[in-house]
Amino acid sequence: MNSGQLLLVAILLSSFIPGIIIFCLPEEKHRLRTILNLCGSIAKISLVLLMNAGIYYGYVFEIRIPLIPGVELLLNGDPLSALFATLSSVLWLLTTIYAVGYLEGSPNRSHFFGYFSLCVTVTIGIALAGNLVTFLLFYEMLTLTTYPLVIHRGTEKSLRAGRQYLIYAFSGGAVFLVAVVWLQSVVGPVDFSAAGFSPSYLDTHGTVLALIFGLLIIGVGVKAALVPLHGWLPQAMVAPAPVSALLHAVAVVKAGAFGIIRIVLDVYGAQNLLLLGVLPLLAAIATITILYGSVRALQQDDLKRRLAFSTISQVSYIALGMSMVDQPLAVIGALVHLVHQGLMKITLFFCAGNLAETLGIHRISEMSGVARRMPLTMAAFSVGALGMIGIPPTVGFVSKWYLGLGGLAGGNWWLLLVLGVSSLINAWYFLPILIKAWFGKQQGAWPEEMYIGRFETSLMLLVPPLVTAFIVMAAGLVANAQISPLAWVRFIVRGYTL
Amino acid sequence: MIFHADTPSWVIAPVVLPLIAGLLCFLCNRRTFVIALAAALANFFVAFLLIYQLLVFGPMRCYIGGWAPPLGITLRTDGPALLMLLMTAVTGLAITLYARGYFSYRISDPVRVGRHQRQQRYFWPLWMLMLAGLNGLFLSGDIFNLYVTLELIGISAASLAALSGKPASQRASFRYLLISLLGSLTYLLGIVFLYRSCGVLDLEMLRNLAANGLGMRAALALLTVGLLLKTALVPLHFWLPPAHANALAPVSVILSALVVKGSFYLLFRFWFELFAPIVSMSALNFMGTLGAIAILWGAIQAMRQHRLKLMIAYSTVSQLGYLFVAFPLSRVAEGAQVWSIVIFMALTHACAKSAMFMAAGSVYLHLGHDRIKDLAGVRASLPITVFAYGIAGVSLMGLPPSGAFIAKWMLLSSSFASSQWWWALVIMAGSLLAMVYVFRVMSQFFVIPEENALKNSTPLSPLLEWPALILALISLFLGLIAPWPLRILSQGSTAFAQIFPGGLP
Repeated sequence: MNSGQLLLVAILLSSFIPGIIIFCLPEEKHRLRTILNLCGSIAKISLVLLMNAGIYYGYVFEIRIPLIPGVELLLNGDPLSALFATLSSVLWLLTTIYAVGYLEGSPNRSHFFGYFSLCVTVTIGIALAGNLVTFLLFYEMLTLTTYPLVIHRGTEKSLRAGRQYLIYAFSGGAVFLVAVVWLQSVVGPVDFSAAGFSPSYLDTHGTVLALIFGLLIIGVGVKAALVPLHGWLPQAMVAPAPVSALLHAVAVVKAGAFGIIRIVLDVYGAQNLLLLGVLPLLAAIATITILYGSVRALQQDDLKRRLAFSTISQVSYIALGMSMVDQPLAVIGALVHLVHQGLMKITLFFCAGNLAETLGIHRISEMSGVARRMPLTMAAFSVGALGMIGIPPTVGFVSKWYLGLGGLAGGNWWLLLVLGVSSLINAWYFLPILIKAWFGKQQGAWPEEMYIGRFETSLMLLVPPLVTAFIVMAAGLVANAQISPLAWVRFIVRGYTL
Repeated sequence: MIFHADTPSWVIAPVVLPLIAGLLCFLCNRRTFVIALAAALANFFVAFLLIYQLLVFGPMRCYIGGWAPPLGITLRTDGPALLMLLMTAVTGLAITLYARGYFSYRISDPVRVGRHQRQQRYFWPLWMLMLAGLNGLFLSGDIFNLYVTLELIGISAASLAALSGKPASQRASFRYLLISLLGSLTYLLGIVFLYRSCGVLDLEMLRNLAANGLGMRAALALLTVGLLLKTALVPLHFWLPPAHANALAPVSVILSALVVKGSFYLLFRFWFELFAPIVSMSALNFMGTLGAIAILWGAIQAMRQHRLKLMIAYSTVSQLGYLFVAFPLSRVAEGAQVWSIVIFMALTHACAKSAMFMAAGSVYLHLGHDRIKDLAGVRASLPITVFAYGIAGVSLMGLPPSGAFIAKWMLLSSSFASSQWWWALVIMAGSLLAMVYVFRVMSQFFVIPEENALKNSTPLSPLLEWPALILALISLFLGLIAPWPLRILSQGSTAFAQIFPGGLP
């Protein structure tokens, strides 16, 4: 085993081992559990950064474990997996800090943090998966590890949401499995590093390959919440706030979107897809999802539900960008949005959790004047919301800018229209919240006010959203710098011939 | 006789050791557990030794007393047989430990101590007889011997099923006994036809003589029906759920994980070795169709049950269907994979189903009932058991990296390779239905009840919880160690060498 392989194993184990230990710890060992969690996540970030450096300098990270002839597990660190792995590990650290503060004193914490760690292990596994079988393995595991988190509260409502989540996710997984086996029976094993199979198969199996592409997109589209496969996501909002943050920004929805990127770029390859002519279909689904999600978000009064529908709409920008895979600028926009949407959405969910935890506010109609009570939280929220609308200098603007440029370069004028309309609706459902919070008058007492800590709320709840809001601004401001997500995405896209 | 590591004589140990242990258990009143454990452990190590021999020296035949067939009794080892032997040894060891924990717990209950002691007294000798029968079934090389082992298994299984003494279980086990006898008699009739046509009983000799005559066809039909009755393939499954669900927990494990596999193994050997030349495609398709019906029907019934053990029993009906779906897919390009499909499915199911029944038994002991709607809060009091149940459920659903995933992958790829995509639909539908019934129970475990209304709070012994967890983990990670079972298999059937000309991974 060489050092690159050791590093991959260490990256996976750095959250797996703390997770297993946490399961065995008694409930009251609060301090030890927190230390384990933090050490694990800091170790993971450092290891992932080390891997990124290695990848940048062309070092190969690869583990192959053959199972049966034609089927092998393959972990492979490439620039794209580095992007997703970095996003997950950084946001995991922040979410862990947040969750420790959020779940203070609630029951079953050892279970929660155990599954939490396993969930991140699996997400990193998705990032590092080097072929479809490995991706499938972690994709199914993700459902299993997030299910206990979704139903963590153990109430009838959360069980119902959990049931729906399972049915959607496993049906998607089943479709995905069928598609993977079918694809392999046509073109043989496909490694992601090959960036697409040989175009010679298109002449003989064109229709079948188009059909398989549809099945694959359905399989990952369930988690990416493409309309009409999005039904589980708003229901899953019954989960505790850190879980929602994780689900929306890092793990589940992102895994689906990441799957779409992998399938388009690395399984089929840009050239094959252009020849197959299935991309307009993907573009249509993405457009419908963007508009439908935005419109539905408008109608919600529950803050978390509004954010959930906003996620449905925002994640589809990634699918939209991938549907113009022949335009490098659009691909850059899609890839960078993977990171940017995660940063913005996690900020918003952290803030929503703070409002619920400190003041008992769940509805937008209750938010009048809340910024005077919790100015820092609402400042972070505002940054996230403005980012979602796409106002410079936030990162949201960068994503939309590149998507728009890509659309123009390919002559797709309708794309600008979609972006414009969706940004308009985004503004329509976010700005009233901001106006109400900052300039509205407080009406009566807050539903359940609690005084936690010296500041507006406990420090562990306050710091994570402030950090992510800061990154949302900073990464937008220095988008052209050497270390911004955008720079790394450009590095990724240079590796493909589009 | 001297037992060197390279002599074939070790092959009699898995049959003789449990037999002796069974007799000793019957004769001694005390220390029955120690005797049984010693036999199970010895069986476990001998299974590994035999596999070592197989890998080093290749398949072996042992003529008992030096009498060669057609006169003597033959025992033989090859890949599939030894993997089934290993499956029995591993689950058998876990069952022995679990049963110890189970009976100790029951006897510690001051109510009806006498009955529980009596149950334990009969359990150990019967279980050892069962083990001897199963091992004999896997190793025998002669069709009449196989009949003897089938009878041994059938009779000890029915007696074990009757142990709990409740009226429901007695009715079920009596029905089980009748079905089992009917199956054996049909099988015996099949042997008569076979002997009339060929004049020998040794499997190896029969294989060379098999020809497409009327007698052979009749023999095939009779043997198949007899074995199907014992394997409980839909529509002959009606006896299984009540018999498995009403038995004592360790007995449910034995019946569901091992006994049905024995008769299936035999059936499979007959169809794909002995009668391979005369089996027609339509017959294979017929078996596959029955298997598909079994998958769906069993799963739908499992979803509708109100009791945990009945649900698990119906899940067995459903899972057995997968073994038969492999039949029609055997004729396609990668047809020789069929042994590996069946073996992976059987191994995973044996481990996962044992773990599940063990978990159900522990839950039953803990709560005093197994009504699915009242299982709330078990996760808090029995975390290991619930974890074992969950992992076993994941394996049954065929999610990666379980052994069942490998089997399903092979099934799917052969159904695509031969453009028989409808089998793929059935397989995936079965997995999704399995998800529904597994998680229907799982979500109940996760409910946090308002008040703690548990019947008793005696902690369960580790013997009741850990065997289940270990078996569940084996079933889950079987897929990751897939190359090893494949390597053992490749020593057995010649067909295997053809599909992997470049050697195994």
